[in-house]
Amino acid sequence: MPLVPPITDIEQLKSHPALARLVQEDANANAALGSQTLGSQALGSRAMVQAVKFDRDELTIWIAKDAIREACAILRDAADCPFNYLCDLTCVDWYPSEPRFEVVYHLLSIPQKERVRLKARLDGSSPAIESVTSVWPSANFYEREVFDLFGVRFTGHPNLQRIMMPDDWEGHPLRKDYPVEGYR
Amino acid sequence: MTQFPAAVSEPDQDSTLVLNMGPQHPSTHGVLRLVLEIDGETVVRLRPEIGYLHTGIEKTCEAKFYQQVVPLTDRIDYLCPLTNNLAYCLAVEKLLGLEIPPKAQWMRVLMNELTRINSHLVWLGTHAMDIGAFTVFLYCFREREDILRFFEMVSGQRMMTSYFRIGGLALEPPLGFFEKVKKFADRFPGNVDEYEGLLTGNPIFMMRTKGVAQLSTEDAIALGASGPTLRGSGVDIDLRRDAPYSGYENFKFNVPVRTEGDVFARYLCRVQELRESIGMVKQALAGMPEGPIKADAPKVVLPDREKMKTQMEALIYHFKIITEGFAVPAGEVYQAIESPRGEMGYYIVSDGTAKPYRVHMRGPSFANLQTLARMCEGQLIADVIAAIGSIDVILGDIDR
Repeated sequence: MPLVPPITDIEQLKSHPALARLVQEDANANAALGSQTLGSQALGSRAMVQAVKFDRDELTIWIAKDAIREACAILRDAADCPFNYLCDLTCVDWYPSEPRFEVVYHLLSIPQKERVRLKARLDGSSPAIESVTSVWPSANFYEREVFDLFGVRFTGHPNLQRIMMPDDWEGHPLRKDYPVEGYR
Repeated sequence: MTQFPAAVSEPDQDSTLVLNMGPQHPSTHGVLRLVLEIDGETVVRLRPEIGYLHTGIEKTCEAKFYQQVVPLTDRIDYLCPLTNNLAYCLAVEKLLGLEIPPKAQWMRVLMNELTRINSHLVWLGTHAMDIGAFTVFLYCFREREDILRFFEMVSGQRMMTSYFRIGGLALEPPLGFFEKVKKFADRFPGNVDEYEGLLTGNPIFMMRTKGVAQLSTEDAIALGASGPTLRGSGVDIDLRRDAPYSGYENFKFNVPVRTEGDVFARYLCRVQELRESIGMVKQALAGMPEGPIKADAPKVVLPDREKMKTQMEALIYHFKIITEGFAVPAGEVYQAIESPRGEMGYYIVSDGTAKPYRVHMRGPSFANLQTLARMCEGQLIADVIAAIGSIDVILGDIDR
């Protein structure tokens, strides 16, 4: 299977159930906003979906970081294709570029066997994002792991403590500015 | 500065007691530490404390060439090294867009199913021993020894095999290998009958497992369980069937699902999987295609020894791969496969260089461990042992 260039156009990818659901939710919210402000152009723009990419048969959706819990809840409760299973939650450090962190969520729809990857970008200065433990309790350990190894805080997490490293450990080992051999 | 460690847990009432189970407890299968709050014999609260085996493999991977990561993956889930190898290789091959020849794919399926049997045998033996049936342990390790010999035949290693490489296999299987596996496959269903004869109808085993540590379907999904733990709770999912990889679409097998959600249901799922796996081994032996075992990609796959000594290009490629690795096009993939314990996923991010930018392993044991608290709270303390065995955790997989 030779590589094909990735698709980043939202319109071409709308057939994927996850993206369709989120785009529709954005449109609904914008319509509601628009009717409240009597068709004001400036106020009527709220977008959960920031960007998309379809590469190597996998769909990635970048979500606005304030809307991640809402987006996850919407996808979990979608009627036609519920993404009811959180496979994995992790983080990538793009040091030294900004926004530095990308929190990555891999979702699976057990009834439809569909997968989707959600991403949220965070700044390096004081990275924090809303916890999704209220959507999937399984996020508990994953978020603790990301907190431990990357130093990303999850607001609303029931027990945000180090999970792999000792409690008195300094630094976050998976950050790119942390040396592979550790501090000597 | 000396700091006293904080109290492990604040008991709510005077009647409860905080008890540490592990990390040196014989039935915690490694270095799992459980902090139990007990009221008499009843577990009020259970909290897993992990990290004793954390080696920072994900960080180490970032400093290695792509091909140097393969031996590291063996060490993650050390009971199914080949499954780890496969998940990693498939992920990198997907990043590269490599086509794998059919013989390599079939060998991968064959070895993976043997690995599944190997892993389930260790689980069955230790699980039964935890509950008090010692004989099964000896029987299981007898058959496991045969499988480890097969691993040694193909790779030279019993446990840390590293037999799969990016682009195919390390070596051709040796002469006489298929005949020996065939003999084993013909004998093995009888062995499973033996185990089942000792356990499935055994009243003591049933009393220790039936209705114990139940997990409802909703909880299993919400807590991220996978593999036999999820299927034992009535969710019909198996990635080999639902998202086939490495030629699994050519194989016929059933996916055992039970709805009871207790320890006994998970036991039945795994024992049935033993039979399905040996069926797949037989299918792989019968339909093994001929042909090369490595992809035709000289810049990625090491050349044969013979070619290297006779052809200039092969020697150059060999030198280049060893000294500077091979560049992988930028991008990211999440490759999930069905390991004996559940969904094993490798998330690899490439920035276009010869070293992975980020490798993350989604270990099935890590997620399955989260279900333990839900299973055990309100149950008797003796049932915690049965519950730990039934989710089949491997600490290397949890802590990485």
